[in-house]
Amino acid sequence: MDNRPREIVVISGKGGTGKTSISASLAYLSQDCIVADCDVDAADLYLLLKPISIERQDFYSGHIAEINQEKCAGCGICKDLCRFDAIKANNNAKFSVEPSSCEGCKVCVEFCPEKAIDFPERLCGEWMKSETRVGFMVHAKLGIAAENSGKLVALIRSEAKKLAQEKDKKLIIIDGPPGIGCPVIASITGATDVLVVTEPTLSGIHDLERVLSLANHFRIKPYICINKFDLNLDMSEKIESVAKELGAKVIGKIRYDKLVTKAQIEAKTIVESNIPSAQDIIDMWERLKVN
Amino acid sequence: MTLAVASGKGGTGKTTIATNLAMVAAEKYGQVTLLDCDVEEPNSHIFIKGTKIKEEIVNIKIPEVDESICTECGACSNFCQYNAIMSLKGKPVVFKEMCHSCGGCTLVCQPKAIHEVDHRIGLINFYSLGKINLIDGLLDVGSPLSPPLIGAVKKLEGKDTLNIIDAPPGTSCPVIEAIKDADYIILVTEPTPFGLNDLVLAVEVSRKLNKKFAVAINRVGSGDDRVHRYCKDENIPIILEIPDDRRIAELYSNGKTILDNLPEYRKSFEEVLTKIGVVIQNGQ
Repeated sequence: MDNRPREIVVISGKGGTGKTSISASLAYLSQDCIVADCDVDAADLYLLLKPISIERQDFYSGHIAEINQEKCAGCGICKDLCRFDAIKANNNAKFSVEPSSCEGCKVCVEFCPEKAIDFPERLCGEWMKSETRVGFMVHAKLGIAAENSGKLVALIRSEAKKLAQEKDKKLIIIDGPPGIGCPVIASITGATDVLVVTEPTLSGIHDLERVLSLANHFRIKPYICINKFDLNLDMSEKIESVAKELGAKVIGKIRYDKLVTKAQIEAKTIVESNIPSAQDIIDMWERLKVN
Repeated sequence: MTLAVASGKGGTGKTTIATNLAMVAAEKYGQVTLLDCDVEEPNSHIFIKGTKIKEEIVNIKIPEVDESICTECGACSNFCQYNAIMSLKGKPVVFKEMCHSCGGCTLVCQPKAIHEVDHRIGLINFYSLGKINLIDGLLDVGSPLSPPLIGAVKKLEGKDTLNIIDAPPGTSCPVIEAIKDADYIILVTEPTPFGLNDLVLAVEVSRKLNKKFAVAINRVGSGDDRVHRYCKDENIPIILEIPDDRRIAELYSNGKTILDNLPEYRKSFEEVLTKIGVVIQNGQ
Protein backbone atom coordinates (compact mmCIF):
# COMPACT_ATOMS: atom_id res chain seq x y z
CA MET A 1 0.00 0.00 0.00
CA ASP A 2 2.77 2.36 0.88
CA ASN A 3 4.06 4.03 -2.19
CA ARG A 4 2.36 7.21 -1.08
CA PRO A 5 4.96 9.92 -0.48
CA ARG A 6 6.14 10.84 2.98
CA GLU A 7 4.53 14.13 3.96
CA ILE A 8 6.35 16.15 6.62
CA VAL A 9 4.27 19.08 7.89
CA VAL A 10 6.12 21.83 9.75
CA ILE A 11 3.86 23.41 12.36
CA SER A 12 4.39 25.25 15.61
CA GLY A 13 1.42 26.19 17.74
CA LYS A 14 2.99 29.55 18.45
CA GLY A 15 3.67 31.80 15.47
CA GLY A 16 7.06 33.22 14.53
CA THR A 17 9.16 30.29 15.72
CA GLY A 18 10.87 29.73 12.37
CA LYS A 19 8.61 27.32 10.45
CA THR A 20 9.21 28.94 7.08
CA SER A 21 12.99 29.29 7.40
CA ILE A 22 13.24 25.65 8.47
CA SER A 23 10.84 24.29 5.81
CA ALA A 24 12.79 26.10 3.09
CA SER A 25 16.08 24.74 4.40
CA LEU A 26 14.78 21.17 4.54
CA ALA A 27 13.48 21.46 0.99
CA TYR A 28 16.86 22.77 -0.12
CA LEU A 29 18.66 19.90 1.59
CA SER A 30 16.34 17.36 0.02
CA GLN A 31 16.60 18.69 -3.56
CA ASP A 32 14.18 15.94 -4.44
CA CYS A 33 10.82 16.84 -2.93
CA ILE A 34 7.66 18.77 -3.61
CA VAL A 35 7.40 21.78 -1.32
CA ALA A 36 4.06 23.37 -0.38
CA ASP A 37 3.13 26.49 1.55
CA CYS A 38 0.03 25.80 3.61
CA ASP A 39 0.33 28.92 5.76
CA VAL A 40 -2.04 30.58 3.34
CA ASP A 41 -2.85 33.45 5.73
CA ALA A 42 0.71 34.67 5.72
CA ALA A 43 2.44 32.83 2.91
CA ASP A 44 6.11 33.77 3.13
CA LEU A 45 7.88 30.78 1.66
CA TYR A 46 7.87 32.32 -1.82
CA LEU A 47 10.11 35.11 -0.51
CA LEU A 48 12.90 32.58 0.00
CA LEU A 49 12.27 30.18 -2.87
CA LYS A 50 11.38 32.75 -5.59
CA PRO A 51 8.96 30.46 -7.45
CA ILE A 52 8.26 30.92 -11.15
CA SER A 53 4.68 29.90 -11.65
CA ILE A 54 3.82 27.41 -14.37
CA GLU A 55 0.12 27.15 -13.60
CA ARG A 56 -2.28 29.44 -11.79
CA GLN A 57 -5.94 28.92 -10.91
CA ASP A 58 -8.64 30.85 -9.11
CA PHE A 59 -9.80 29.36 -5.85
CA TYR A 60 -13.53 29.48 -5.25
CA SER A 61 -14.93 28.26 -1.99
CA GLY A 62 -18.47 28.35 -0.79
CA HIS A 63 -20.89 31.12 -1.65
CA ILE A 64 -21.78 34.58 -0.47
CA ALA A 65 -25.18 36.21 -0.05
CA GLU A 66 -25.88 39.42 -1.99
CA ILE A 67 -29.15 41.29 -1.60
CA ASN A 68 -30.58 42.69 -4.79
CA GLN A 69 -31.56 46.23 -3.82
CA GLU A 70 -34.22 46.44 -6.56
CA LYS A 71 -36.07 43.42 -5.21
CA CYS A 72 -35.55 43.91 -1.44
CA ALA A 73 -38.85 44.81 0.23
CA GLY A 74 -37.21 45.71 3.52
CA CYS A 75 -39.03 43.08 5.60
CA GLY A 76 -35.92 42.22 7.63
CA ILE A 77 -36.56 38.47 7.83
CA CYS A 78 -32.97 37.90 6.60
CA LYS A 79 -31.56 40.00 9.42
CA ASP A 80 -33.61 38.13 12.02
CA LEU A 81 -32.51 34.73 10.74
CA CYS A 82 -28.81 35.49 10.22
CA ARG A 83 -26.80 34.09 13.11
CA PHE A 84 -23.60 35.80 11.99
CA ASP A 85 -24.83 39.36 12.29
CA ALA A 86 -23.92 39.81 8.63
CA ILE A 87 -27.00 41.74 7.54
CA LYS A 88 -27.18 45.47 8.06
CA ALA A 89 -30.08 47.87 7.59
CA ASN A 90 -29.34 50.49 4.93
CA ASN A 91 -30.56 54.05 5.20
CA ASN A 92 -32.97 53.38 2.31
CA ALA A 93 -35.07 51.03 4.51
CA LYS A 94 -33.55 48.02 2.75
CA PHE A 95 -30.91 45.55 3.81
CA SER A 96 -27.48 44.52 2.64
CA VAL A 97 -24.87 41.90 3.46
CA GLU A 98 -21.58 42.66 5.17
CA PRO A 99 -19.28 40.37 3.14
CA SER A 100 -16.65 39.97 5.86
CA SER A 101 -19.28 38.58 8.26
CA CYS A 102 -21.22 36.37 5.80
CA GLU A 103 -20.51 32.66 6.32
CA GLY A 104 -22.38 31.61 3.19
CA CYS A 105 -24.90 29.47 5.07
CA LYS A 106 -27.77 30.24 2.64
CA VAL A 107 -30.41 30.71 5.34
CA CYS A 108 -31.27 34.26 4.20
CA VAL A 109 -31.37 33.16 0.55
CA GLU A 110 -33.79 30.34 1.34
CA PHE A 111 -36.19 32.33 3.46
CA CYS A 112 -36.35 35.69 1.66
CA PRO A 113 -40.02 36.00 0.65
CA GLU A 114 -39.09 38.23 -2.32
CA LYS A 115 -36.36 35.87 -3.55
CA ALA A 116 -34.19 38.97 -3.54
CA ILE A 117 -30.95 37.38 -2.40
CA ASP A 118 -28.37 36.07 -4.86
CA PHE A 119 -25.86 33.42 -3.83
CA PRO A 120 -22.84 33.51 -6.15
CA GLU A 121 -19.69 31.47 -5.62
CA ARG A 122 -17.10 33.27 -3.57
CA LEU A 123 -13.68 33.93 -5.06
CA CYS A 124 -11.28 33.40 -2.15
CA GLY A 125 -7.89 33.60 -3.79
CA GLU A 126 -5.69 31.75 -6.23
CA TRP A 127 -3.27 28.87 -6.11
CA MET A 128 -0.17 28.18 -8.12
CA LYS A 129 2.14 25.40 -9.25
CA SER A 130 5.65 26.73 -9.62
CA GLU A 131 9.24 25.82 -10.26
CA THR A 132 11.95 26.77 -7.80
CA ARG A 133 15.64 26.04 -7.38
CA VAL A 134 14.74 23.30 -4.90
CA GLY A 135 12.06 21.66 -7.03
CA PHE A 136 8.35 22.06 -7.64
CA MET A 137 6.24 24.13 -5.28
CA VAL A 138 2.50 24.43 -4.69
CA HIS A 139 1.32 27.59 -2.98
CA ALA A 140 -1.51 30.09 -2.83
CA LYS A 141 -2.56 33.62 -2.26
CA LEU A 142 -5.66 33.98 -0.14
CA GLY A 143 -7.82 36.98 -0.99
CA ILE A 144 -7.88 39.88 1.43
CA ALA A 145 -10.23 39.14 4.32
CA ALA A 146 -11.27 35.92 2.56
CA GLU A 147 -12.66 32.86 4.27
CA ASN A 148 -12.06 29.16 4.09
CA SER A 149 -8.33 28.94 4.47
CA GLY A 150 -8.87 25.36 5.68
CA LYS A 151 -10.30 24.35 2.31
CA LEU A 152 -7.47 26.08 0.47
CA VAL A 153 -4.96 24.20 2.62
CA ALA A 154 -6.66 20.91 1.75
CA LEU A 155 -6.55 21.81 -1.93
CA ILE A 156 -2.84 22.67 -1.84
CA ARG A 157 -2.03 19.40 -0.14
CA SER A 158 -3.99 17.35 -2.62
CA GLU A 159 -2.33 19.17 -5.55
CA ALA A 160 1.09 18.62 -3.96
CA LYS A 161 0.32 14.90 -3.70
CA LYS A 162 -0.76 14.71 -7.33
CA LEU A 163 2.41 16.49 -8.37
CA ALA A 164 4.52 14.14 -6.26
CA GLN A 165 2.97 11.19 -8.03
CA GLU A 166 3.40 12.76 -11.45
CA LYS A 167 7.06 13.64 -10.84
CA ASP A 168 7.78 10.45 -8.90
CA LYS A 169 8.85 12.23 -5.70
CA LYS A 170 8.84 10.38 -2.41
CA LEU A 171 8.74 13.41 -0.13
CA ILE A 172 6.50 16.42 0.38
CA ILE A 173 7.59 19.19 2.74
CA ILE A 174 4.83 21.46 3.95
CA ASP A 175 5.24 24.84 5.59
CA GLY A 176 2.23 24.84 7.90
CA PRO A 177 0.21 27.52 9.69
CA PRO A 178 0.44 28.48 13.37
CA GLY A 179 -2.25 27.64 15.93
CA ILE A 180 -4.36 24.51 16.41
CA GLY A 181 -7.55 25.45 14.53
CA CYS A 182 -9.08 24.78 11.14
CA PRO A 183 -6.07 25.46 8.84
CA VAL A 184 -3.73 23.44 11.09
CA ILE A 185 -6.14 20.53 11.25
CA ALA A 186 -6.47 20.69 7.44
CA SER A 187 -2.67 20.69 7.17
CA ILE A 188 -1.98 17.64 9.30
CA THR A 189 -4.88 15.21 8.89
CA GLY A 190 -3.59 12.17 7.09
CA ALA A 191 0.03 13.40 6.98
CA THR A 192 2.82 11.00 7.85
CA ASP A 193 4.90 13.23 10.15
CA VAL A 194 4.68 16.60 11.81
CA LEU A 195 7.74 18.57 12.77
CA VAL A 196 6.82 20.97 15.55
CA VAL A 197 9.10 23.99 15.74
CA THR A 198 9.16 25.57 19.17
CA GLU A 199 11.25 28.08 21.09
CA PRO A 200 12.51 28.02 24.68
CA THR A 201 9.96 30.43 26.14
CA LEU A 202 7.05 29.91 28.52
CA SER A 203 4.67 30.79 25.67
CA GLY A 204 6.47 28.35 23.41
CA ILE A 205 6.05 25.50 25.92
CA HIS A 206 2.39 26.34 26.54
CA ASP A 207 1.67 26.31 22.82
CA LEU A 208 3.78 23.20 22.22
CA GLU A 209 1.71 21.20 24.70
CA ARG A 210 -1.48 22.14 22.88
CA VAL A 211 -0.14 21.37 19.42
CA LEU A 212 1.27 18.02 20.59
CA SER A 213 -2.08 17.01 21.99
CA LEU A 214 -3.58 17.95 18.63
CA ALA A 215 -1.06 15.66 16.88
CA ASN A 216 -1.95 12.89 19.34
CA HIS A 217 -5.65 13.54 18.72
CA PHE A 218 -5.09 12.84 15.02
CA ARG A 219 -2.55 10.07 15.73
CA ILE A 220 0.29 11.64 13.80
CA LYS A 221 3.82 11.11 14.98
CA PRO A 222 5.35 14.40 16.10
CA TYR A 223 9.02 15.38 16.02
CA ILE A 224 10.20 18.47 17.84
CA CYS A 225 12.73 21.06 16.83
CA ILE A 226 13.82 23.59 19.45
CA ASN A 227 14.77 26.74 17.59
CA LYS A 228 17.08 29.25 19.34
CA PHE A 229 17.53 26.60 22.06
CA ASP A 230 20.50 28.43 23.63
CA LEU A 231 18.47 31.60 24.34
CA ASN A 232 17.18 29.96 27.51
CA LEU A 233 18.75 26.62 28.38
CA ASP A 234 16.46 25.99 31.37
CA MET A 235 13.39 26.34 29.16
CA SER A 236 14.97 24.09 26.52
CA GLU A 237 15.45 21.43 29.17
CA LYS A 238 11.80 21.82 30.17
CA ILE A 239 10.78 21.32 26.55
CA GLU A 240 12.77 18.09 26.44
CA SER A 241 10.97 16.78 29.49
CA VAL A 242 7.54 17.88 28.17
CA ALA A 243 8.39 16.13 24.91
CA LYS A 244 9.31 12.94 26.71
CA GLU A 245 6.09 13.01 28.73
CA LEU A 246 4.00 13.43 25.60
CA GLY A 247 5.85 10.78 23.64
CA ALA A 248 7.48 13.11 21.14
CA LYS A 249 11.09 13.05 20.04
CA VAL A 250 13.32 16.13 20.03
CA ILE A 251 15.01 15.68 16.67
CA GLY A 252 16.78 18.99 16.31
CA LYS A 253 18.17 21.87 18.31
CA ILE A 254 19.07 24.99 16.41
CA ARG A 255 21.28 27.63 17.96
CA TYR A 256 20.27 31.31 18.15
CA ASP A 257 21.82 32.94 15.12
CA LYS A 258 21.41 36.61 14.30
CA LEU A 259 22.52 35.92 10.74
CA VAL A 260 19.25 34.11 9.96
CA THR A 261 17.64 37.49 9.33
CA LYS A 262 20.48 38.46 7.02
CA ALA A 263 19.94 35.26 5.03
CA GLN A 264 16.23 36.09 4.82
CA ILE A 265 17.04 39.57 3.51
CA GLU A 266 19.23 37.98 0.84
CA ALA A 267 16.35 35.60 -0.02
CA LYS A 268 18.48 32.58 0.82
CA THR A 269 17.66 29.57 2.93
CA ILE A 270 19.72 29.15 6.10
CA VAL A 271 21.59 26.16 4.71
CA GLU A 272 22.58 28.03 1.55
CA SER A 273 24.01 30.86 3.59
CA ASN A 274 26.57 28.80 5.39
CA ILE A 275 25.92 30.53 8.71
CA PRO A 276 26.53 28.81 12.09
CA SER A 277 22.94 27.54 12.55
CA ALA A 278 23.04 25.84 9.11
CA GLN A 279 24.96 22.92 10.60
CA ASP A 280 22.22 22.35 13.20
CA ILE A 281 19.61 22.10 10.46
CA ILE A 282 21.79 19.73 8.43
CA ASP A 283 22.14 17.51 11.52
CA MET A 284 18.38 17.56 12.05
CA TRP A 285 17.78 16.67 8.40
CA GLU A 286 20.10 13.67 8.65
CA ARG A 287 18.10 12.41 11.63
CA LEU A 288 14.74 13.15 10.00
CA LYS A 289 15.71 11.24 6.86
CA VAL A 290 16.33 8.00 8.71
CA ASN A 291 13.48 8.25 11.23
CA MET B 1 -13.15 52.18 23.40
CA THR B 2 -11.58 49.03 21.99
CA LEU B 3 -8.02 48.75 20.83
CA ALA B 4 -6.94 45.61 18.96
CA VAL B 5 -3.35 44.42 18.67
CA ALA B 6 -3.00 42.30 15.53
CA SER B 7 -0.45 41.12 12.97
CA GLY B 8 -0.27 39.14 9.76
CA LYS B 9 2.81 37.25 10.87
CA GLY B 10 2.88 35.26 14.09
CA GLY B 11 5.45 35.77 16.80
CA THR B 12 5.98 39.46 16.15
CA GLY B 13 5.09 40.62 19.66
CA LYS B 14 1.31 41.05 19.86
CA THR B 15 1.07 39.62 23.35
CA THR B 16 4.08 41.60 24.56
CA ILE B 17 2.50 44.83 23.36
CA ALA B 18 -1.05 44.03 24.47
CA THR B 19 -0.02 43.06 28.01
CA ASN B 20 2.38 45.95 28.56
CA LEU B 21 -0.16 48.42 27.17
CA ALA B 22 -2.80 47.00 29.48
CA MET B 23 -0.51 47.60 32.45
CA VAL B 24 0.26 51.20 31.48
CA ALA B 25 -3.38 51.91 30.74
CA ALA B 26 -4.50 50.50 34.08
CA GLU B 27 -2.16 52.88 35.89
CA LYS B 28 -3.26 55.81 33.80
CA TYR B 29 -6.97 55.33 33.33
CA GLY B 30 -8.17 52.78 35.86
CA GLN B 31 -10.03 49.61 34.87
CA VAL B 32 -8.81 47.86 31.74
CA THR B 33 -10.24 44.75 30.13
CA LEU B 34 -7.69 42.67 28.27
CA LEU B 35 -9.38 40.18 25.93
CA ASP B 36 -7.11 37.39 24.71
CA CYS B 37 -8.75 36.46 21.40
CA ASP B 38 -5.84 34.29 20.25
CA VAL B 39 -7.97 31.38 21.40
CA GLU B 40 -5.90 28.72 19.63
CA GLU B 41 -2.82 29.69 21.62
CA PRO B 42 -3.66 32.29 24.29
CA ASN B 43 -0.57 33.53 26.13
CA SER B 44 -1.54 36.79 27.85
CA HIS B 45 -2.17 34.91 31.11
CA ILE B 46 1.51 33.94 31.21
CA PHE B 47 2.43 37.62 31.60
CA ILE B 48 -0.56 39.00 33.49
CA LYS B 49 -0.38 36.67 36.45
CA GLY B 50 -3.79 37.36 37.91
CA THR B 51 -6.07 35.46 40.23
CA LYS B 52 -8.46 33.20 38.40
CA ILE B 53 -12.00 34.30 39.20
CA LYS B 54 -14.00 31.76 37.23
CA GLU B 55 -14.34 29.87 33.98
CA GLU B 56 -17.25 29.42 31.63
CA ILE B 57 -17.83 26.74 29.05
CA VAL B 58 -18.64 27.97 25.56
CA ASN B 59 -21.03 25.95 23.46
CA ILE B 60 -22.39 26.35 19.99
CA LYS B 61 -25.75 25.04 18.88
CA ILE B 62 -25.64 21.97 16.69
CA PRO B 63 -28.51 19.91 15.27
CA GLU B 64 -29.85 16.70 16.73
CA VAL B 65 -32.28 14.62 14.72
CA ASP B 66 -35.24 12.88 16.29
CA GLU B 67 -35.37 9.68 14.23
CA SER B 68 -38.94 8.93 15.24
CA ILE B 69 -40.09 12.11 13.48
CA CYS B 70 -37.56 12.20 10.61
CA THR B 71 -39.07 11.23 7.23
CA GLU B 72 -35.63 10.87 5.63
CA CYS B 73 -36.52 13.48 3.02
CA GLY B 74 -32.92 14.73 2.78
CA ALA B 75 -33.80 18.44 2.94
CA CYS B 76 -31.35 19.08 5.78
CA SER B 77 -28.36 17.48 4.09
CA ASN B 78 -29.22 19.11 0.76
CA PHE B 79 -29.35 22.47 2.44
CA CYS B 80 -26.24 22.34 4.63
CA GLN B 81 -23.41 24.30 2.99
CA TYR B 82 -20.75 22.77 5.24
CA ASN B 83 -21.46 19.03 4.81
CA ALA B 84 -22.14 18.94 8.54
CA ILE B 85 -25.31 16.92 8.13
CA MET B 86 -25.28 14.14 5.56
CA SER B 87 -27.81 11.53 4.55
CA LEU B 88 -26.33 8.07 4.90
CA LYS B 89 -28.78 5.50 3.52
CA GLY B 90 -31.48 8.10 4.06
CA LYS B 91 -30.69 8.77 7.69
CA PRO B 92 -29.22 12.18 8.49
CA VAL B 93 -25.92 12.00 10.38
CA VAL B 94 -24.44 15.07 12.05
CA PHE B 95 -20.70 15.83 11.80
CA LYS B 96 -20.30 18.09 14.81
CA GLU B 97 -16.91 19.57 13.96
CA MET B 98 -18.10 20.78 10.57
CA CYS B 99 -21.20 22.58 11.88
CA HIS B 100 -21.17 26.39 11.71
CA SER B 101 -24.31 26.65 13.79
CA CYS B 102 -26.32 28.59 11.19
CA GLY B 103 -29.59 26.91 12.15
CA GLY B 104 -30.49 26.23 8.49
CA CYS B 105 -31.23 22.51 8.84
CA THR B 106 -33.63 23.14 11.70
CA LEU B 107 -35.48 25.72 9.59
CA VAL B 108 -35.76 23.62 6.41
CA CYS B 109 -36.92 20.46 8.18
CA GLN B 110 -40.64 20.28 7.41
CA PRO B 111 -41.64 17.63 9.98
CA LYS B 112 -39.67 19.57 12.64
CA ALA B 113 -37.51 16.57 13.45
CA ILE B 114 -34.41 18.65 14.18
CA HIS B 115 -33.77 20.52 17.39
CA GLU B 116 -30.54 22.11 18.58
CA VAL B 117 -28.29 20.97 21.38
CA ASP B 118 -25.15 22.43 22.93
CA HIS B 119 -21.78 21.38 21.63
CA ARG B 120 -18.74 22.47 23.61
CA ILE B 121 -15.96 24.24 21.67
CA GLY B 122 -13.89 25.76 24.45
CA LEU B 123 -13.62 27.70 27.67
CA ILE B 124 -13.41 31.29 28.77
CA ASN B 125 -11.16 32.03 31.75
CA PHE B 126 -11.57 35.15 33.87
CA TYR B 127 -8.57 36.55 35.75
CA SER B 128 -8.09 39.67 37.80
CA LEU B 129 -4.87 41.52 38.56
CA GLY B 130 -5.25 44.93 40.18
CA LYS B 131 -7.16 47.05 37.70
CA ILE B 132 -6.76 44.58 34.85
CA ASN B 133 -9.49 42.10 34.03
CA LEU B 134 -8.02 39.45 31.78
CA ILE B 135 -10.52 37.38 29.84
CA ASP B 136 -9.13 34.64 27.67
CA GLY B 137 -10.69 32.13 25.32
CA LEU B 138 -9.19 28.64 25.16
CA LEU B 139 -10.26 26.57 22.17
CA ASP B 140 -10.64 22.85 22.87
CA VAL B 141 -7.93 20.79 21.17
CA GLY B 142 -9.44 19.19 18.07
CA SER B 143 -12.13 21.83 17.67
CA PRO B 144 -11.54 23.57 14.33
CA LEU B 145 -13.71 26.66 14.57
CA SER B 146 -12.31 29.53 16.56
CA PRO B 147 -14.52 32.47 15.40
CA PRO B 148 -17.56 31.56 17.57
CA LEU B 149 -15.31 31.41 20.66
CA ILE B 150 -13.63 34.69 19.71
CA GLY B 151 -17.11 36.19 19.36
CA ALA B 152 -18.02 34.94 22.84
CA VAL B 153 -14.89 36.52 24.35
CA LYS B 154 -15.61 39.82 22.61
CA LYS B 155 -19.10 39.96 24.07
CA LEU B 156 -17.42 40.36 27.47
CA GLU B 157 -15.88 43.74 26.60
CA GLY B 158 -16.13 46.18 29.48
CA LYS B 159 -18.73 48.89 28.89
CA ASP B 160 -16.92 51.50 30.97
CA THR B 161 -13.35 50.34 30.57
CA LEU B 162 -10.69 50.52 27.93
CA ASN B 163 -10.68 47.19 26.09
CA ILE B 164 -7.51 45.76 24.60
CA ILE B 165 -7.79 42.78 22.26
CA ASP B 166 -4.83 40.42 21.79
CA ALA B 167 -5.74 39.11 18.32
CA PRO B 168 -4.70 35.86 16.64
CA PRO B 169 -2.10 36.01 13.82
CA GLY B 170 -3.01 35.85 10.14
CA THR B 171 -5.47 37.56 7.84
CA SER B 172 -8.51 35.28 7.62
CA CYS B 173 -11.68 34.50 9.60
CA PRO B 174 -10.34 34.41 13.19
CA VAL B 175 -8.50 37.72 12.79
CA ILE B 176 -11.47 39.40 11.19
CA GLU B 177 -13.75 38.22 13.97
CA ALA B 178 -11.30 39.58 16.55
CA ILE B 179 -10.77 43.03 15.03
CA LYS B 180 -13.91 43.88 13.08
CA ASP B 181 -15.54 45.88 15.87
CA ALA B 182 -12.41 47.55 17.23
CA ASP B 183 -12.05 51.33 17.22
CA TYR B 184 -8.34 51.25 16.57
CA ILE B 185 -5.84 48.61 15.47
CA ILE B 186 -2.15 48.37 16.19
CA LEU B 187 -0.45 46.18 13.58
CA VAL B 188 2.71 44.63 14.97
CA THR B 189 5.54 43.64 12.67
CA GLU B 190 9.30 43.21 12.47
CA PRO B 191 11.77 44.80 10.06
CA THR B 192 12.31 41.77 7.82
CA PRO B 193 11.05 40.55 4.41
CA PHE B 194 8.54 38.22 6.12
CA GLY B 195 7.49 41.00 8.47
CA LEU B 196 6.84 43.40 5.60
CA ASN B 197 5.03 40.84 3.43
CA ASP B 198 2.60 40.00 6.22
CA LEU B 199 2.23 43.62 7.31
CA VAL B 200 1.09 44.60 3.81
CA LEU B 201 -1.63 41.91 4.02
CA ALA B 202 -2.70 43.07 7.48
CA VAL B 203 -2.87 46.68 6.25
CA GLU B 204 -5.06 45.61 3.34
CA VAL B 205 -7.40 43.80 5.75
CA SER B 206 -7.58 46.85 8.04
CA ARG B 207 -8.33 49.11 5.08
CA LYS B 208 -10.98 46.74 3.78
CA LEU B 209 -12.66 46.84 7.20
CA ASN B 210 -12.38 50.66 7.23
CA LYS B 211 -10.38 50.73 10.43
CA LYS B 212 -8.07 53.33 11.86
CA PHE B 213 -4.68 51.76 12.40
CA ALA B 214 -1.02 52.33 13.09
CA VAL B 215 2.08 50.14 13.02
CA ALA B 216 4.32 48.97 15.86
CA ILE B 217 7.75 47.66 14.83
CA ASN B 218 9.39 45.15 17.11
CA ARG B 219 13.07 44.12 17.15
CA VAL B 220 14.14 47.31 15.36
CA GLY B 221 17.76 46.88 14.28
CA SER B 222 17.51 43.15 13.61
CA GLY B 223 16.72 43.54 9.92
CA ASP B 224 16.67 46.48 7.55
CA ASP B 225 14.57 49.59 6.92
CA ARG B 226 12.03 48.16 4.46
CA VAL B 227 9.12 48.35 6.91
CA HIS B 228 9.95 51.95 7.82
CA ARG B 229 10.10 52.87 4.14
CA TYR B 230 6.80 51.16 3.41
CA CYS B 231 5.05 53.00 6.27
CA LYS B 232 6.46 56.29 5.06
CA ASP B 233 5.36 55.68 1.46
CA GLU B 234 1.89 54.64 2.58
CA ASN B 235 1.55 57.42 5.16
CA ILE B 236 0.96 54.94 7.97
CA PRO B 237 1.96 56.21 11.42
CA ILE B 238 4.55 54.19 13.34
CA ILE B 239 3.23 54.34 16.86
CA LEU B 240 5.82 52.25 18.69
CA GLU B 241 9.30 50.95 18.04
CA ILE B 242 10.88 48.35 20.30
CA PRO B 243 14.60 47.80 19.70
CA ASP B 244 16.17 44.37 19.23
CA ASP B 245 17.19 43.99 22.87
CA ARG B 246 18.26 40.58 24.13
CA ARG B 247 17.01 41.50 27.62
CA ILE B 248 13.46 41.78 26.25
CA ALA B 249 13.75 38.34 24.63
CA GLU B 250 14.98 36.87 27.93
CA LEU B 251 12.16 38.49 29.92
CA TYR B 252 9.66 37.17 27.41
CA SER B 253 11.07 33.67 27.60
CA ASN B 254 10.54 33.69 31.36
CA GLY B 255 7.02 35.13 31.19
CA LYS B 256 7.98 38.55 32.54
CA THR B 257 6.78 41.93 31.36
CA ILE B 258 8.92 44.76 30.03
CA LEU B 259 7.16 47.31 32.22
CA ASP B 260 8.02 45.62 35.50
CA ASN B 261 11.62 45.04 34.60
CA LEU B 262 12.91 47.59 32.10
CA PRO B 263 11.58 50.99 33.22
CA GLU B 264 13.32 52.77 30.35
CA TYR B 265 10.65 51.46 27.98
CA ARG B 266 7.71 52.72 30.03
CA LYS B 267 7.54 56.07 28.28
CA SER B 268 7.15 54.58 24.80
CA PHE B 269 4.15 52.50 25.91
CA GLU B 270 2.59 55.54 27.58
CA GLU B 271 3.03 57.50 24.38
CA VAL B 272 1.13 54.88 22.41
CA LEU B 273 -1.97 55.58 24.46
CA THR B 274 -1.52 59.34 24.18
CA LYS B 275 -1.02 59.11 20.43
CA ILE B 276 -4.15 57.07 19.93
CA GLY B 277 -5.94 59.69 21.95
CA VAL B 278 -7.59 57.26 24.26
CA VAL B 279 -10.55 58.87 25.91
CA ILE B 280 -12.20 56.74 28.49
CA GLN B 281 -15.88 57.43 28.75
CA ASN B 282 -16.50 56.17 32.21
CA GLY B 283 -19.92 57.75 32.48
CA GLN B 284 -19.07 59.67 35.61
